[in-house]
Amino acid sequence: MVWLRTWLIGIKSLAVHPMRSLLTVLGIFIGVASVIWLVAIGEGISQEAQRQIEGLGADNIIVRSIKPLNPTEQDSSSFILPYGLLRQDYDRLVETIPTIHSALPIREMRRQVRYADRIADARVVGCTPEYAEVTRLEVNRGRFIEPIDLDNQQNLCVLAAKLAEQLFPYENPLGRRVFLMDHEDYYTVVGVLKPRTATAAIGGSLEAQDFSYDIYMPITTVRNRIGDTVVQRRGGSREGEHIELNQITLRVQDVKFVERTAKLVEETLEPYHGKTQDVAVVVPLELLRQAETTRIMFMVFMGLIAAISLLVGGIGIMNIMLATVTERTREIGIRRALGACRRDILWQFLVETVVLSVVGGVTGILVGYACPLAIDLLRWFMENFLPPHIIASLPDVVRNVQPVILAWSVVGAFLISVFIGVAFGIYPAFRAAQMDPIEALRHE
Amino acid sequence: MSHAATLEDLKKDYFLKGETVRALRGVSFVVPEGDYVAIMGPSGSGKSTLLNLLGCLDRSTGGSLYLGDANVSKMNDNELSRTRATRIGFVFQSYNLIPQLTVLENIEVPLYYQGRLTRRDRDRCRELAELVGLGDRLSHRPMQLSGGQQQRVAIARSLINDPYFILADEPTGNLDSQTTDEILNLFQRLNDAGKTIILVTHENEVAARTKRVIRLRDGLIQTDQRNPPPVHAALATGPS
Ligand SMILES: Nc1ncnc2c1ncn2[C@@H]1O[C@H](COP(=O)(O)OP(=O)(O)OP(=O)(O)O)[C@@H](O)[C@H]1O
Ligand SMILES: [Mg+2]
Repeated sequence: MVWLRTWLIGIKSLAVHPMRSLLTVLGIFIGVASVIWLVAIGEGISQEAQRQIEGLGADNIIVRSIKPLNPTEQDSSSFILPYGLLRQDYDRLVETIPTIHSALPIREMRRQVRYADRIADARVVGCTPEYAEVTRLEVNRGRFIEPIDLDNQQNLCVLAAKLAEQLFPYENPLGRRVFLMDHEDYYTVVGVLKPRTATAAIGGSLEAQDFSYDIYMPITTVRNRIGDTVVQRRGGSREGEHIELNQITLRVQDVKFVERTAKLVEETLEPYHGKTQDVAVVVPLELLRQAETTRIMFMVFMGLIAAISLLVGGIGIMNIMLATVTERTREIGIRRALGACRRDILWQFLVETVVLSVVGGVTGILVGYACPLAIDLLRWFMENFLPPHIIASLPDVVRNVQPVILAWSVVGAFLISVFIGVAFGIYPAFRAAQMDPIEALRHE
Repeated sequence: MSHAATLEDLKKDYFLKGETVRALRGVSFVVPEGDYVAIMGPSGSGKSTLLNLLGCLDRSTGGSLYLGDANVSKMNDNELSRTRATRIGFVFQSYNLIPQLTVLENIEVPLYYQGRLTRRDRDRCRELAELVGLGDRLSHRPMQLSGGQQQRVAIARSLINDPYFILADEPTGNLDSQTTDEILNLFQRLNDAGKTIILVTHENEVAARTKRVIRLRDGLIQTDQRNPPPVHAALATGPS
């Protein structure tokens, strides 16, 4: 009963100056809300990254061809630059490394495809049937490439969802033949895929992949009908590249072999590509671990920002409480005269700071929980009021990230806010308690 | 007959920047229960100092002070607070009500520091408010009351813990003669009911209505006289 009264009296005293109390609460409120928001957004970003890396497969090793920055054997008479993985590399890897479960050779190139009068820029992907499973592609209609297609080297292809939509807005694409420009060749559509979300760029050597304008063909067909040499006309001059394979995706027998296998892969390729630096080995598992480290660093950083903002809030509380104590010196004198001991006075003022900081903490938590809602609102606003080219130029993070509220950040923010209230309230309360009752009574 | 307060050679020195102000230089007297004492004397003679010592707001620098049987001179800060909460009622010249509390809440404050606040106590607060004539103002704030009304709230507050005695430092100093009279009538009634009252005053008319007048000068008792029984006053106010 008496305890309840202490709190009621505290709240009542704060209500005497509502504006002042509100502004003081604001400091803690902003601190707590920002902790929760920052942690939620950070967690959202890192979970997204995690998902993308996991999309590459934790038991995979990806070997990619990269265009050398300064080609060593630059033959001035030839405009064709050979680089990257060779089919021989593929054989070497598969034959020498026992821990490899399976290996996927991939050949990619940009080409224009046409159906009737509709033309689209597409990415031609020469691959094997396993490609669908490893990159998590799902068939919508028809089928994906099958082993028999590799042997027959047939003129057939599978279209990604958006490409199919663009080339065949009205017709059923199955059984129709699309025309591959530059090569004057027709390919029969045998399947259409479901839409798949793009992967962001991960590490330096793996670019972002947008799977929606892909056209998949058996890799043997690509080799025989298109070949390894790709020539592009670029403003009058002609540039060419000779690439046998763009990528080999290796699946390792067990996750525990991934790192050792990756080392073996690097050692195997070293004699052939060490000098030219035209091959890169990407290990998603390592990326995952790096992402985890980055995440922890991020959290520490956020914690620091949170600590600073709460510190500022705490100083605000202390400032106000010191002013309040001075202003209420006479009340302190009266209460002492009527029998309050030092501890009673100490508690009275401490209760007020705790009320301030708890109110700040609770409202901060409520607003913190509104984070996903606010982000959705912000996106809706941007989509409706900003011109499309600005939206397109925004980073993926702004468009896609879903904040994830972590329980510990909520509990932590609340406890810290209460702690701040007590820590910064104790000195003013102590000053109030130490006042001499007679002097306090004489105070005007 | 037991004593509400016993003072033996009570001294109080103030130390100010190497200088010593001897506010009380050895004061001895006894206040029996039911007494009604006026302390008078020129400004700076030590009246407030004496009252602060009696009220356990301050500690003497010499001599001893007993409230009932308890030796106040030996008490620590917590014990002094406890004594104030349970045994002493204060009335100040400037009323000293807490502005953000209502009349009823102001009267409750001392109970709060005794750590008890039951329904019965609440009822008693109401009774006291009625006793001082403010039964219809319970939820008013001090700012909404006149000086005399505020002082009556203060008197009700001083009674709530059923103290050994009421200490009043110039309780009528801020009031006009009409209101002064009302307050003094209230004190009279309380004293008639057995309450011990010690007040400080500059006004002879006020002192004349008490039972005993102690005059201080330079920190010493100059005179200590009993007033004749207030025959005229009793006749003037009529039977009550
Ligand atoms: N806190 C203090 N520090 C130093 N000296 C003090 C203090 N309080 C009182 N004094 C001195 O003690 C002496 C007695 O003061 P006190 O307040 O008791 O006088 P008083 O009789 O109440 O006077 P008044 O009628 O003006 O209220 C005065 O000389 C005063 O200056
Ligand atoms: Mg005085």
